[in-house]
Order: sequence, then structure tokens, then C-alpha cells
Amino acid sequence: MTDTPTPRPWRLAGRSLRAAAAGLALALLAPWAGAADTTPARQLERFASEAGRPGAVEAGRAFFTRTHGGAWSCASCHGEVPTAPGRHASTGKAIAPLAPAANPRAFTDTAQVDKWLRRNCRDVLKRECSAGEKADVLAWLGSLR
Amino acid sequence: MSAWGRSQALIPERAARRLVQVIPRAAETLAGARPADEHAPAYPPVATMSAGRAGARAVPAFVALLLALCAWMPAAAGERALLPADTPPVYRQECGACHLAYPPALLPATSWQRVMSGLAQHHGSDATLAAADQERIARWLQAQAGTSRRVREVPPEDRITRSSWFLREHRKGEAAVWKHSAVGSPANCAACHAGAERGRFDEHALRVPPGLDSRLLRAWRD
Repeated sequence: MTDTPTPRPWRLAGRSLRAAAAGLALALLAPWAGAADTTPARQLERFASEAGRPGAVEAGRAFFTRTHGGAWSCASCHGEVPTAPGRHASTGKAIAPLAPAANPRAFTDTAQVDKWLRRNCRDVLKRECSAGEKADVLAWLGSLR
Repeated sequence: MSAWGRSQALIPERAARRLVQVIPRAAETLAGARPADEHAPAYPPVATMSAGRAGARAVPAFVALLLALCAWMPAAAGERALLPADTPPVYRQECGACHLAYPPALLPATSWQRVMSGLAQHHGSDATLAAADQERIARWLQAQAGTSRRVREVPPEDRITRSSWFLREHRKGEAAVWKHSAVGSPANCAACHAGAERGRFDEHALRVPPGLDSRLLRAWRD
């Protein structure tokens, strides 16, 4: 790392771009590497039946985009409209789009869904989300095209 | 060697190995090596002849070895990959979801131990894992942790980006580049290090983050 000469990135632009594209694809897909055992629709059903009511699209949008007493909202990392890739608010790492319309692997692994909701709700709300909140957010995400 | 280096050198290495097999045989043919004939005059004497044949075998083998070495050298020297070939997929999947799957050799074992036992409050985020995954990753990190003189020193907050070697490597205006929206954080290695996802941080494979103004670009190129 120390004994290499001054970089000449402009000469390596083509190679770097290819490497960057490969890296980006790998990076974006990494969190969704779990086995596909479910669908976004089935996950919505699960949370709605737990909550005893259907998910509400507008409530999901509002919940997703506002902060809940802390510094972050869901949108801080996933973006206001999560059909586009997001970006981790502290590390800057690219995050695959959360909306199923833009990411066929989103919400297709039950263990991953539960893990991320558990962690991210704690980061944003300092508690776990209720089944109703999850149903709302999934209803909104599923409505995005 | 890393998986990356190995894949780069794979074809020349295989070719070289083939040469090792083929060249001695060709050399034997050229030298007129033939099945021992009891009736043929004993010339050259058996001992000398076998020594000659061993020599004929050794020289091309040496040449092939050199060729193999040449094929391997650029991959090894220029493309030193820090992410081990045995990196468990669960490490990339879990740790690599929020930040780069950092090469384990960039932190000492003490730091990794503290990081892995404090995942509920991981630099302000809940990064808790399933028990089996956590144990698997923690064990691998302990085995792969950095032991070199410069990495042995435990950095503040167990952050790679606060290690003295890291700050020394990035002392020429990078701090301003990190703040730029295209980078966001010194933890975002891949913003400039195009090979970071594969554990490659060599200065030849740098890319300019998009949107840097001319002042930052100058700082970056330094």
C-alpha cells in the first residue's frame, strides 16, 4: 500500500468501470443472498393477519419517511422513494432498492425480513415495529411502481 | 494467494505446468534418448548419460518454473488482495450489507473480539446476528485478525478508519473527499478503491468518485 507509485486513474478508467460495475452488483445483492422462501405479498399477509387489519398504503409512506424521535428515518438509508438504490446513512454504502418492483429479491426470505425489521426498527424507533406498522410499510412498498 | 490473484494467474500457471510436463520429454527426444540397449557400445558411459539426461530434464523445468513465476508475479505484487480466499459467504452477506466486508487483517484480534461482542450497539446501529452466524464470523475474524506491527496497535473505538496507519495512508486531503456526498465517509472504501469489494486497495486501481470539483480533484490526485 505504501510502496506503489502515484496513481494514474484516468488510464485505467475502462478497467475500473468494469470492476466498479461488478463490485456494485455484488454489493447490492449481498444482503439478499438468503434462500427465497416467501414473497412480498405473503409477508404483507403475515403482518396484516398478525395485526388483525390490512396494511394502509398512505400510513406506510408517512411512517417510512418521517423520523421517530431519533436522527434517522427509514428513508435516511433507503431513500424517500425506495424504487431507487439507497445509501447507508453512516457508511455511504449502496443499498439495493427496497421496493419489490425494483428489486425482485426484496422480501423473499423470511429470516432476512425479520432480521432487518428487528434491527432497523431499533435503529429508527428505539423499539421493534408493531405488526400493523410493518403491514403499512409493506403495503406502501408493494404499491410502488 | 487470494482467489483474485489465483484466478488472474490461472491460465499462465496451467500453461507453465504443461510446459514442465512437455519440455523434458521433447528434450529427451532431441538428445536422442532411447531405451537402454545392452548390445550398443557403452558410450557415453551409463553414469554420465543418466547425469546428462537429468540435466536435460532440470534445465527446461527451471525455465518453466521461471515462466510460472513471471505469470504469478504481477498478480501477487500489483494486485495484493487482503480478503482471504476462505472468506465465509456469511461474512460478506451480514457484515457486507451495511459496509464493505473489511479485510480482517486490518484490525487486531482484540478489536474484532470487542466488535463482535458489541453488535447490539455497533457504532450506533443494531447489528445483531443469529447466534450461529455470529459465532462463525467471530471465530473466523479471530483466526484472520491482523498481526503486523502497524495493525497490532488497537485503534480508537476499534475503527479501522481511526488506525494510525489508515490516517497516514490518507493524509493528503482525503478528509475533504470523505465529506463529499459521493463518498460520505472514510468507511466507504469502495468510493475510490475500485477493487475494495474483493479486498484490493492498491493505488493503481483507484477511481474518481463522481461529482468532485476541481479543488477536491486536485486533492484526490495528490
